[in-house]
Amino acid sequence: MEALLAITIGVVVAASVYLMLSGHMLRFIFGLVLISNAANLTIFVGGRMTEGAPPLIAKGADAPAGFVANALPQALVLTAIVIGFGLFAFAITLVWRAYTTIGTLQADEMRVAEPPSERT
Amino acid sequence: MSWILTLPLAIPVATAILAFLFRRQPAGRWISVAGSAALLAASVMLFVQTRDAGVLAGQMGGWAAPFGITLVADLLSAVMVLITGVIALAVSVYALADVDAAAERMGYHALFNVLIAGVAGAFLTGDLFNLYVWFEVMLIASFGLLVLRGGRAAIDGGVKYVALNLVSTILFLTGIGLIYGMTGTLNLADLSIAVEQADQGLLTVVAMAFMVAFGVKAALFPLFFWLPASYHTPHFAVSAVFAALLTKVGVYALIRMFTLVFDHDVGFTHTILLWVAVLTMITGVLGAAAQGDFRKILSFHIVSQIGYMVLGLALMTPLALVGAVFYLIHHIVVKANLFLIAGVAQRIAGSTQLKKIGGLYATAPLLAVLFIVPAFSLAGFPPLSGFWAKFLIVKASLEVEAWIVAAAALAVGLMTIYSMTKIWAAAFWSPHPEGREPVLTSLAPGERRALIWPIAGLAVITVAIGLAPDAFIAFAEDAAGQLLDPTVYVVAVLGEAR
Repeated sequence: MEALLAITIGVVVAASVYLMLSGHMLRFIFGLVLISNAANLTIFVGGRMTEGAPPLIAKGADAPAGFVANALPQALVLTAIVIGFGLFAFAITLVWRAYTTIGTLQADEMRVAEPPSERT
Repeated sequence: MSWILTLPLAIPVATAILAFLFRRQPAGRWISVAGSAALLAASVMLFVQTRDAGVLAGQMGGWAAPFGITLVADLLSAVMVLITGVIALAVSVYALADVDAAAERMGYHALFNVLIAGVAGAFLTGDLFNLYVWFEVMLIASFGLLVLRGGRAAIDGGVKYVALNLVSTILFLTGIGLIYGMTGTLNLADLSIAVEQADQGLLTVVAMAFMVAFGVKAALFPLFFWLPASYHTPHFAVSAVFAALLTKVGVYALIRMFTLVFDHDVGFTHTILLWVAVLTMITGVLGAAAQGDFRKILSFHIVSQIGYMVLGLALMTPLALVGAVFYLIHHIVVKANLFLIAGVAQRIAGSTQLKKIGGLYATAPLLAVLFIVPAFSLAGFPPLSGFWAKFLIVKASLEVEAWIVAAAALAVGLMTIYSMTKIWAAAFWSPHPEGREPVLTSLAPGERRALIWPIAGLAVITVAIGLAPDAFIAFAEDAAGQLLDPTVYVVAVLGEAR
């Protein structure tokens, strides 16, 4: 199971790097969304894929009895997904603003902040 | 449980909420100033307590050490929080005059305080995933601040800043996933023990992921391009707080991870850091030499100065780490001040383009004096703070007989003088090209006070560090000692049992 997920992560990363290097900001954002999912999967696999009981602690005990599933990766991935959602919502809005104010999303043509003709 | 550890996080968050509620009233900006003053007071208390105790640690939510989230203040964290408080107060006073009402209505003061909370959280956390969360808090607030001014240049710079920082964030997250998979823990103190049992080759791979992720945040060569693309576009108050704190959080994270966790293969990882640091210094200073805008020159100098700090980490000798800590403290104060001065120059002389301004020395001598202090300190003139910072780093590289590194550090210092002289000659010495006579009295008295007092205060700190370096170097020695021997840190977090 881990090997299959590792290959999946590799394919997703390859696809997103391709998108991010395409020189168009919208595709860059799509690449980012994809690669962030690959990162989340990495954390998930890092916690190991095991078959175990739900990690519930009986009343009065300090630790769960027997073999239980690892609950931490879910908590980490959930946090990362929520944060990522906020960041991408902002990033997409920003790219839209860039398209309306600058008029292009080709990375090579976005030179307003650092105009190429500026010399001293 | 040390409640003092939570204050530098709780105060800015509470201030942000209040400032957001009062964003349409003038009270909003005064809430921000009061919150920053309270943060400074809390960080002084934290600093004094840490000074006495060595390392303070607190477990959040009552969960015992490796399982819950830990807040830790060692000497480095405490001094970084203290300096964050100083900068927050200086910039929030400056913002009274610099930030327009439109930006205030959109929540400038709330975003600013969230940024400060993120920075303080990153300095105080003892948990790797929590560090990621604080990085994100800082990042999302900085996104907002960066584009708040609007305009094509700010949007364009913002896109590059956002894009590259998000890539670094994802790499950081991947690194967290990998190191968690290898060790099963994310508590920094626990990690520093757990990595000894891990596969050392794989650990180096993970270390490189962290080096690149934090390298983007810290603006290291060749990952710094987002910085000069964006730092000259927002409000001056925003530029100043970014320049002072954001890249330094990256440097802090590098220092923390590469002294506490990734010190297993110093010969490999720190040699890479060494050459990256040298190239960062050189490319930064060369980039600055090619620029003709006040803020763009200063932006490239951030890059070049980051090189010195990382050089101190890369050499990894006691003296070099002393230099790195001292450099961090010195640089934050000086760099914030230079951006604040650029803002005043733009206000009274009409531009930040050097060829469009001039005459400040003749008609605004106070500003000229206030510029000389941080500018000469940045360039490393004795007896200002930058001289001692550079002296420690160069001496440390000579001690390990790294001649090329020492020569590069000295040459970059010389080039820094060139850039500062260029600003001095164009903006201060030569007459204004349009014949204007820029004077400070052209500002309203209230504005003038809000703009000049923070600059003067930071200049006094620069001079004080320069004239009494012994106390600061002695402190940096203690902080570097804790970094080189993390036993105290680990015991404070995990308890005596280990």
